[in-house]
Amino acid sequence: MTQFDLFMNVVATGVLLGSVYAAVALGLAITFGILHIPNIAHPALVIMGGYFVVHANRFGVDPLIAALVGLVPFYLLGMLLYSFYANTFERRGRADVLQSLTLFFGLSLVIEIILVLAYGSELKSLTAPYIGSSLRFGPLTIPSRLLVPAILGPATVGALWLYFRYTNSGTAIRAVAHDERALSIAGLDPAAIKRQAFGLATATAVIGGAALAMIGPIDPFSGRFQIGRVFAIVVLAGMGSIPGTLVVAIGLGIAETLIASYLNPAWSPGVAFAMLLGALALRPQGLFGTVR
Amino acid sequence: MITRRNFNRLAAAAASGLAMPAVLTGRAFGQDKPIRFGASISLTGALAGTKNGQIGYELWRDDVNAAGGLLGRPVELVLLDDQSTASNIPAIYSALVDVEKCDVLFGPYGASLTAPVMPFIKQRDLFMIGMFPLAGNDQAKHDKFFHSAAWGPNSGTDWARGFFDLAKSVGVKKLAILANDLEFSKNAAVGGAKVAEEYGMEIVFNQSYPPNTSDFSTILRNISAANPDAVFIGSYPADSTAIIHSVREIGVPDSVKLFGGAMIGPQYGSLLSSLGPELNGLVNCHLFSPEPTMQSAEIKSFFDRYVPRAEKEGVDPLGFYIPPFYYVAGQLAAAAITGAGSLDQAAMAQWLHANKVDTIVGPATFNEIGDWTTRRVLMVQIQNVEGNDLAQFREAGRQVIIDPPELKSGDLIHPYNKARAG
Repeated sequence: MTQFDLFMNVVATGVLLGSVYAAVALGLAITFGILHIPNIAHPALVIMGGYFVVHANRFGVDPLIAALVGLVPFYLLGMLLYSFYANTFERRGRADVLQSLTLFFGLSLVIEIILVLAYGSELKSLTAPYIGSSLRFGPLTIPSRLLVPAILGPATVGALWLYFRYTNSGTAIRAVAHDERALSIAGLDPAAIKRQAFGLATATAVIGGAALAMIGPIDPFSGRFQIGRVFAIVVLAGMGSIPGTLVVAIGLGIAETLIASYLNPAWSPGVAFAMLLGALALRPQGLFGTVR
Repeated sequence: MITRRNFNRLAAAAASGLAMPAVLTGRAFGQDKPIRFGASISLTGALAGTKNGQIGYELWRDDVNAAGGLLGRPVELVLLDDQSTASNIPAIYSALVDVEKCDVLFGPYGASLTAPVMPFIKQRDLFMIGMFPLAGNDQAKHDKFFHSAAWGPNSGTDWARGFFDLAKSVGVKKLAILANDLEFSKNAAVGGAKVAEEYGMEIVFNQSYPPNTSDFSTILRNISAANPDAVFIGSYPADSTAIIHSVREIGVPDSVKLFGGAMIGPQYGSLLSSLGPELNGLVNCHLFSPEPTMQSAEIKSFFDRYVPRAEKEGVDPLGFYIPPFYYVAGQLAAAAITGAGSLDQAAMAQWLHANKVDTIVGPATFNEIGDWTTRRVLMVQIQNVEGNDLAQFREAGRQVIIDPPELKSGDLIHPYNKARAG
């Protein structure tokens, strides 16, 4: 393999990994980026989504189909979670960052314990015809185990972008992020709109979970490894920029694989935060955010 | 109506009733007070996969009590969840000693959780059986600490020496080392590099990776570019799976004769069954394999009872790696207590240093810092795996023991690509 071939393979792997990171971070881009709710339980919800897909896979259901089926129950779960959050915190005026962090930290622990009780603490894997094979495009060798989940990220970003851009409810969600009070004056219920947005964010967790479970086995605590990376992506993208989340996630994936390949893999976790610090110093609003 | 006089009579009758068994057996009640064995166990958190060790403890307790207990007293376990968190360990062991009044201690699982308890047991001069802390007593050198796992002496360097002995025997000259940044894997890599150097092997690749790495295709390409004769890997279950997947997807050069070494994960039933034939050819560490050279009536009896309980409790249904050694911990402590004839911690340690103990995994003798005097870490090669049926891994011929020579049950197939092809 020539140096150029190696470079091309490294970049391709980075793009695929970044797309998977985007699928995992999208929900947080909505809850934290648009609704300003620091939902640190999102990675735990992603793992819960992964378990949903693994469970369906035991009955022979393809992970992609299982993820699509899972959108509905996870959407409803998200609405339920937001209702709880709104009733216990927002309406009582306690929805400050610290209180919210405590609530969602507790939620992530509860999710982990539920998964341990239901499935045990061992790693769970998926089976699918495309896991283990790879495709060759000239000098590129692309593992299907990465390619298939990587399609989920851009597909979900595209669907959400269209939704936010061209539907009334999507516009309302964007509006609630800008000025909640103005929305109330216009006769809309901000809580209902936020509930819908939280439902959407939680629905994307099952997509992210399916992507992670396709790449490798998961256990109830796998979400803990994702928290730092997904927050870095959302903040770096510019709090709520959905296409920005995809671009930043892919950029991060490429940076990580380049460093892993040409320097040392041990340095790659620092990449996200180094990029975050560097970018925020130049653009505090994030790469794709707007100054408000 | 219960008057004070009636109440006193009832209380006296109840007390007599409670005391009667002791009177009839001629033993004082105080002597029947259970001997309490205390341990922290990771029921939750990242190390919760090791909680099947609890079944090992419980089977040992049941066996001892069925045989009449120790020193004529029943045995009782006090197990507290450490949530896989090192910062919880000092408080847990203080509680086990000072609140729960445990007589004997078993350690927490692994090196990272054992490190915080070492100053405590050294300061209090307590007896402890350690649970899998590789080189866990090399720094403290506490004379009342003993390992249940047969890492052997100088374990920090030597525990995986079997891999390098095999590499040397097939003429490996160039070695690649890849390890997770976590403690066990990193220690394995450092020790491996020292042994490779001792054997005159050139290390052509030596890198570590962070624990959340999910794709190894980039790293494998770099390893392939270095063209090594063997690849020594220290990894944890999730990354072990990803590495095995990447080998299938990207491949390794034909020059690679041995691949594996210190990968945690392929010892567990869940990974064995999910990866199935992808594991063929892997040469990896283990502590027990159901090969004829390791079989005995005692270990068979252990697994006959372990498997139904593990299936019921949803933990590793094979249980080759951890549970037998939790049972062994009990056997070692029991032998020390019986040998010393008391619960005197110094006498127990002294007896265990001086005597051999027959355990369900073989005879154990200890050096001055509680290492097994003979390394019994196995290097097994996974062979002849077909499909993903877990039951096949309970049969001989699937996890073939290649090293140590005294337990060898089959021959190494190499190079790795030939062994992978089955």
